[in-house]
Amino acid sequence: MRDNSYQAVMARKNEIMKAAVGLDYSRFESGGIAFDYEALMASPGLDIHQVLAIQAGYGVGNTPLMELRHITALARKYAKPGYGARILLKDEAANPSGSFKARRAALSVHAAKQMGFGGVITATSGNYGAAVASCCAKAGLKCIVVQECFDSKGLGQPEIVEKARKCEAFGAEVVQLTVGPELFYAFLLLLEETGYFNASLYTPYAILGVETLGYELAGQCLDQYGAFPDRVVVTNAGGGNLTGTARGMRKAGCNSPLVAASVNLKGLHMASDRDFNRKSFTTGHTGFGMPFSTWPDRSDVPRSAARPLRYMSRYVTLSQGEVFYTTEMLAVLEGMERGPAGNTSLAAAFCLARELPENALIVVQETEYTGAGKHQGAQLAFARENGVRIAAGDPRDEVPGESIILPKHPAQLNCQDADLHHMRRSLIQKAIEGAKAPIRESDIQFLACETNSDASFVRGIIRQFGRVRHETR
Amino acid sequence: MIRKGTWVQLHSVVLEPGLRAPQVPEDTAKAPLELWVKGWLMEDTEIGQAARAKTRTGRVVTGMLVKENPGFEHGFGAFVPELLAAQESILKAALEEAPDA
Repeated sequence: MRDNSYQAVMARKNEIMKAAVGLDYSRFESGGIAFDYEALMASPGLDIHQVLAIQAGYGVGNTPLMELRHITALARKYAKPGYGARILLKDEAANPSGSFKARRAALSVHAAKQMGFGGVITATSGNYGAAVASCCAKAGLKCIVVQECFDSKGLGQPEIVEKARKCEAFGAEVVQLTVGPELFYAFLLLLEETGYFNASLYTPYAILGVETLGYELAGQCLDQYGAFPDRVVVTNAGGGNLTGTARGMRKAGCNSPLVAASVNLKGLHMASDRDFNRKSFTTGHTGFGMPFSTWPDRSDVPRSAARPLRYMSRYVTLSQGEVFYTTEMLAVLEGMERGPAGNTSLAAAFCLARELPENALIVVQETEYTGAGKHQGAQLAFARENGVRIAAGDPRDEVPGESIILPKHPAQLNCQDADLHHMRRSLIQKAIEGAKAPIRESDIQFLACETNSDASFVRGIIRQFGRVRHETR
Repeated sequence: MIRKGTWVQLHSVVLEPGLRAPQVPEDTAKAPLELWVKGWLMEDTEIGQAARAKTRTGRVVTGMLVKENPGFEHGFGAFVPELLAAQESILKAALEEAPDA
């Protein structure tokens, strides 16, 4: 009989994953830090038009791009004369499962079906679960969604409970766990037991699926507004949204700068039983955004296809209160109930619009559905019940896990810049520390791509770590 | 007694506190890793007893029977006055003259 202890299952994770994603990652490895990222992305053999066609078969994509005139007008009130860019919004909530995650799911489920898997498993507490369940319903495949949902008192995060409901509504089986990274262990056991496909968020399929979002928004912006965007703002968690959007924009010939935006949850531990229900955002936050940017290969596949630091030109954070406030802004000024987590990029765009001239275009590239549990009212009521202080005031006074401060006035919205230089340095440092072979020129070139920098920057950091001798020996 | 064929929720412990992953924080390490799953009960069973159920994907799962006909109770929560105030402040600001106009 197979040894199903934690240690034994974790020790055979690579072979489980190889079978469950139908992809041998070893063929992209160099033996050092570098691996062939573009070969990994090309491995499914699909061009953007084929991806668009697959998604169309699932009713996914081709979502509207619309101008938020009233929010733009409000932002202009707090900008210097002639400033205040036009804010455009791509309404991804129009996808069948209510979020852009449908794009990732459609490709993964299509791949599973092509390869002859009988079902699909995904480990996610987010919109992606509902997206996979929705696509499996359409494809006639079985589906299991594994969620981190409860704390040790059995108290469920309302947003995650709602996503369980939605998965069940699409006919999926939902396996719910308490807090902890060992969810991965339960997930591996399920993959072994069922032989299903792992619809990881980090396979090439999942990222190719997002490329259509960038490709569409570039084309729509050009067609409807006569130019490519001046900025594209992306809510950032695991990095797939930003990576895929950037790659898709480039395929449309658009090299506009991408700004990552996350909710600031500094100080809250993502694996802490206590902190779990003291955060009012379950995604789009720095607790995922920072570690996944500075070390993308922490995901559930050997090499992540989501590598956001390659593509972001800036990274801003917002408080929970600022994002909830912006969610209300979208409702009362534009008549749209969306989010809340997906509105992180909208809150950032409201701030960034003030820095750009009036004729500039900022695209907020995503929205998500809202409803019971997954709503600013539900989240704040739950936070208050769990001892988090809710107040109106200066959002800068918010302490994640202790308070949520809603601005008193739109002028108080003010995104904060994260230190990209520090993040690049951190990625290089981790790569060097984990290197199993002497660092080669190809590794330096790879790290320059990874950090959207250049070889001299990478060498400078390596020198600081005193590894020059080791490297040249 | 819950009848065979009823839609139920089962609970089990995946990892006992001493067997948690080494990297988990102290508060998490003190708690077991617990799991809940739903399915059709395979034999008549009392609440609180060990049970078997067949899930929607056809898996046979075991655990303690905790709920009959498990539903969802999440909603929009208690009224949050601060959100109404936020809306009002946004509407007021939208009608105001620009500060430097």
